Amino acid sequence: MTSPTRLWRKPSVIPGFGITLGLTLMWLSVIVLIPLSGLVLKAATLGFSGFFDTILTARVLAALRLSFGLSLIAAAINVVLGLLIAWVLVRYEFPLRRILSAMVDIPFALPTAVAGIALTTLYAPNGALGFLLGLIGLKISFTPLGILVALIFIGLPFVVRTVEPVLADIDQATEEAAACLGATRLATFRRIILPAILPALLTGFALAFARAVGEYGSVIFIAGNLPMVSEIAPLLIVIKLEEFEYEQATAIAVAMLMASLLVLFLINVLQAWGRKRQGTG
Amino acid sequence: MNRDPLAVRITLIVLAFLVMAVLIGLPLVTVFAEALAKGWDEYVLALIDKLTLSAIRLTLITALISVAINLVFGIMAAWAIAKYDFKGKSFLITLIDLPFSVSPVIAGLVFVLLFGLQGWLGPTLQGTGIKVIFALPGIVLATMFVTFPFVARELIPLMQEQGTEDEEAAVSLGASGFQTFWRVTLPNITWGLLYGVLLCNARAMGEFGAVSVVSGHIRGKTNTMPLYVEILYNEYNFTAAFAVASLLAFLAFVTLAAQSLLEWKRAHS
Repeated sequence: MTSPTRLWRKPSVIPGFGITLGLTLMWLSVIVLIPLSGLVLKAATLGFSGFFDTILTARVLAALRLSFGLSLIAAAINVVLGLLIAWVLVRYEFPLRRILSAMVDIPFALPTAVAGIALTTLYAPNGALGFLLGLIGLKISFTPLGILVALIFIGLPFVVRTVEPVLADIDQATEEAAACLGATRLATFRRIILPAILPALLTGFALAFARAVGEYGSVIFIAGNLPMVSEIAPLLIVIKLEEFEYEQATAIAVAMLMASLLVLFLINVLQAWGRKRQGTG
Repeated sequence: MNRDPLAVRITLIVLAFLVMAVLIGLPLVTVFAEALAKGWDEYVLALIDKLTLSAIRLTLITALISVAINLVFGIMAAWAIAKYDFKGKSFLITLIDLPFSVSPVIAGLVFVLLFGLQGWLGPTLQGTGIKVIFALPGIVLATMFVTFPFVARELIPLMQEQGTEDEEAAVSLGASGFQTFWRVTLPNITWGLLYGVLLCNARAMGEFGAVSVVSGHIRGKTNTMPLYVEILYNEYNFTAAFAVASLLAFLAFVTLAAQSLLEWKRAHS
């Protein structure tokens, strides 16, 4: 067990390292890594110019711009709403607090297709909210605004659940000290609280963004799906597949995948930063 | 403990309730209101329809297979990662988490590229007569891909926190590896395990995008519940669409309730 050839791991008396790691790697390869490599290989057969010829068409660019742009806006709105809800949940005692807290997880647990048809009906011109908003001339369902509503819905829990524990960990003595020294409540928030929760807010932002970019089920019902106007990138992949344009579907998928991996990398950096802050602060 | 003036507190609390009511409460109410819009009889009729029942059956079978397999994998992955120290561990964790950052549509697409008629293995499969795409195996594979991290992700931090001393003691007293796991480790991780299974199951039953790409939407054959909701909705059969959707919403409630119960148990054990 402790042969020097295995220096890449610390020796342990607990048996089963070989078999559990081996089977883990095998299963990971079969379900995730090999299928994903197949995607990248398929894109490679397109060649450099073939790949960019597909990506750089007006319709694909419009879909990518819509997906990434709306996801950014939705994630930014989620940061504000999520901070509000996390703040209220952590700092205040009030009736129905547990109910409010449980509701935060609904978008995680509710299947996306259900969320999709419910939001569409609610915001349609003859729906409860759609009718009211129609009175002031606002159309939500079947427009890009509808996509935004769906993306805010699915992204909200990411910000709340990331910020909550960090907010709860802040030492309130520091806040009291600031108040004693004459800082206003707003100044305390800006100088003491905001810097402490900034890594968590950014992580929540990135998580909500990553989820929104790839989101499909809750969006396609409410979007209207007009090419160049309200057609998101994941939907365009599905359309290309249905037209048997496998190469084009693959190229769009690889472009999205690379962007997602970049976001994943950023999330890891942010979380490391947050841990360092909490450790030293 | 809170130094905010009462007016600020009340304003923020009311705002929070307002946001949650509009964003999350109203859509939920919509599901049940629409499902029951034409009365109970229509609702029940939609649910006992033959095609609805076959969609429910397929969803249950898919969830059962993919949750069971991901459970076994999740335990092994958590054991390897939590109980030993080796190089590349954090990279392995990132790889396990990877499916979370992949769009569900891409998760479906990769299996079409692998097993579809034009895919890498398509021609070989056609020779053997095994159908993967537009059939149960494809639906299960896509579901396993999207639910891959759930169990492992729940268990890894829990088992890391518990350390290796108990296991080392058991082994030094002569227990085999499997005995150690069964008698020493498993009782310590039961709640975490159930939690992971719960989340994995909710996602498996509700998955839409990935399954939609590989299923082919054949009625009574490859339609899961979320896919059937889409078909009914697109046919303007709103009552039936929301009736099936209400079952899925109910599943979400049960999941959340069980989740709170498990958190409570964990805090009190």
